[in-house]
Amino acid sequence: MNTLRYLWLAGSLLPLFAWAAGSGSSGGYVHIPAGTLVSALKFEDVNGAVRIDAFQMMRRPVTNAEFAAFVGTRPAWQRGHVKPVFAGPDYLGHWATPTQVGTAVQGAQPVTRVSWFAATAYCEAQGGRLPLWLEWEYVAASDRLRRDARDDPAWRERILAWYAQPSSKVLPPAGSGEANRYGLRDLHGLVWEWTEDYSALLVTADNRNQGDAETNRFCGAGALSINDRDNYAVLMRVAMLSSLEGSNTTMNLGFRCVKGAR
Amino acid sequence: MQRLLPSMLLGTLLVVAGCDRTNPTATATVAPAKVTAAATGGSKAGDLGPPQGEPIKAVLTSPPFVPPPTNRTAPAKVIVELEVIEKEMPISEGVSYTFWTFGGTVPGSFIRIRQGDTVEFHLKNAPDSKMPHNIDLHGVTGPGGGAASSFTAPGHASQFTFKALNAGLYVYHCATAPVGMHIANGMYGLILVEPPQGLAKVDREYYVMQGDFYTTGKYREKGLQPFNMEKAIDERPTYVLFNGSEGALTGDKALTAKTGESVRLYVGNGGPNLVSSFHVIGEIFDKVWYEGGTHFQENVQTTLIPAGGAAMMEFNLEVPGSYVIVDHSIFRAFNKGALAILKADGPENKAIYSGKEVDETYLGDRAAPNLASVAAAAKSAKAGALTVDEQIKAGRDLFAGTCSVCHQATGLGLPGVFPPLAKSDYFAKDPLRMVDAVLRGISGPVTVNGQAFNSVMPPMSQLTDDETANISTYVLNSWGNPGGRVTKEQVAKRRAQAPGPVVAQH
Repeated sequence: MNTLRYLWLAGSLLPLFAWAAGSGSSGGYVHIPAGTLVSALKFEDVNGAVRIDAFQMMRRPVTNAEFAAFVGTRPAWQRGHVKPVFAGPDYLGHWATPTQVGTAVQGAQPVTRVSWFAATAYCEAQGGRLPLWLEWEYVAASDRLRRDARDDPAWRERILAWYAQPSSKVLPPAGSGEANRYGLRDLHGLVWEWTEDYSALLVTADNRNQGDAETNRFCGAGALSINDRDNYAVLMRVAMLSSLEGSNTTMNLGFRCVKGAR
Repeated sequence: MQRLLPSMLLGTLLVVAGCDRTNPTATATVAPAKVTAAATGGSKAGDLGPPQGEPIKAVLTSPPFVPPPTNRTAPAKVIVELEVIEKEMPISEGVSYTFWTFGGTVPGSFIRIRQGDTVEFHLKNAPDSKMPHNIDLHGVTGPGGGAASSFTAPGHASQFTFKALNAGLYVYHCATAPVGMHIANGMYGLILVEPPQGLAKVDREYYVMQGDFYTTGKYREKGLQPFNMEKAIDERPTYVLFNGSEGALTGDKALTAKTGESVRLYVGNGGPNLVSSFHVIGEIFDKVWYEGGTHFQENVQTTLIPAGGAAMMEFNLEVPGSYVIVDHSIFRAFNKGALAILKADGPENKAIYSGKEVDETYLGDRAAPNLASVAAAAKSAKAGALTVDEQIKAGRDLFAGTCSVCHQATGLGLPGVFPPLAKSDYFAKDPLRMVDAVLRGISGPVTVNGQAFNSVMPPMSQLTDDETANISTYVLNSWGNPGGRVTKEQVAKRRAQAPGPVVAQH
């Protein structure tokens, strides 16, 4: 771990602050200014734009090496020790041992096969939390130059192109993607990311049309609760998150943490 | 209604009266009434009681193959296990696409059950999938067709159970948001629910499914092509394909059958957007179970298959050859890939189809003077007094009609494309090599006067022995060739020898 930390020190000053502040590494946090967002989702109790308070977000997803450091001191979150209700059988299944990433997996790759519970515990250990969906959507609307690039067909095409890449390909290191306007990397095109309120996404979205919350969990109802039906990138992310239980893990699902206002 | 009723009664009476007279025309009038009486009763009659015996694991097949008939007489519990796999596969030569599949193929595995069966359906989503998936089977009675009950995250499996109440051929597809994209990526297939009495036995059964595909690059642009949402929304497909890739059912992978056999096709249309005008060039469907339903239409040329719909069709193969299967919205076939081949092997049946009998130049009015020399030569030949001069004259006019298009009136051919006949070393030593070429054609590489050619000359077997002899004699006596004569007897002898094109002579 020490070697890894020194590498970052050499690479950037931000991790230095993060580390020096004792909040763990994770590539450091970026300040996200307050603003407003017109969500692609239709919320029952919200019309038009939503106010997003300022918060801080990790500049890139949490890596295998970082997560290994976390579970190394917390046996309760190690593969084999974790309670099944908190993490499914595939939890960190690609690692060599319960505490070591091994050689087949790279430490710098984003950690995947983590449950919502494990991700939440990690963020809490950093003094943070998982982002809310709206916070995530707010920053993910950005591209290199703009805070909200969602109307640009090129923005959408680039996001959709990720789905055309077969997931058998080796994941690149976290943070290797282009930074957006806020300095955040890999919000698109690397892995899915947990949000704190993932399980509420479709259930609260459209109870007017569907009496049974469970029926929201498939196509027709999902489409009904979308304001911006062209925004397939968001639609797919919501579909993905809403298919999950908190103990679930997948080979393409990771997370990053936030701090500050909720 | 009260007014209508008496007239309907009257109509029924008339039909009955017709029956009594027992004349054939009247019998035909009754036929529609019989059809009505033969209605199967739909889902109300589809519950054939609880499943009998031990549960059966369904046999699933990859396209273009179809599982064997269930051959059951009682309803059973059938277990279906289908895995969703996201994988990169070729969509055309040198072009790949990340397909989302049911069972690793596009279309997905074929499922075959019997009406009244209780189906325990297991949907598995491969651990390395990026997306959650589910399945909506059009053969299911219940909200969502199973979609809500089968929503499955990557690395998970779902189970639901349904009773197949309606017989027919049904599409299944993924219905996870965004639905259009999941279908456009290949997530569809067919489930056949056999009627209780099963289907008539046929010699061959095949599974074909059409789909439209939307890539960012142009048609046949090389490399891995991403899905293009804009084209999909605008319904401007880059590819329209049978069984998920260009060439899935052509060449070595063509469907095969023998003459004299009966063939049944199970054809679905996954869409997501287009409706198919399904047609087999050179065949007429003896029967089409249109829309995959219970009744058939007879003697059909082209049948319409809606997106999310299916049809069964049967026909007999009388004549050997390649039958081209197309979407007769024909630019899709020749410019977007909607093309498959059914190859029928067997002996020719000239009484039904002759093959090409005549292929001659049609010159309109200009033909009259030309034919005079040919007629004169024929007359002399009959009298046994044919001169070389007459042969040359007749040969010249025949050459102008049949040969000069390629070999040119000058006999010089076209460099690199059509070999020269002038001062040709190809037949200088043996004039009968030219006769062989006329009778049997030439395909493959040849060298003439030191120049290499590699193309195909079709056999000119439509020319009579007389005509072939005359043309050959004309060529031998023109453009610096050595002279000489070919007789019709010589031609007849060569024609009687082993048939087939002349290949690759150096």
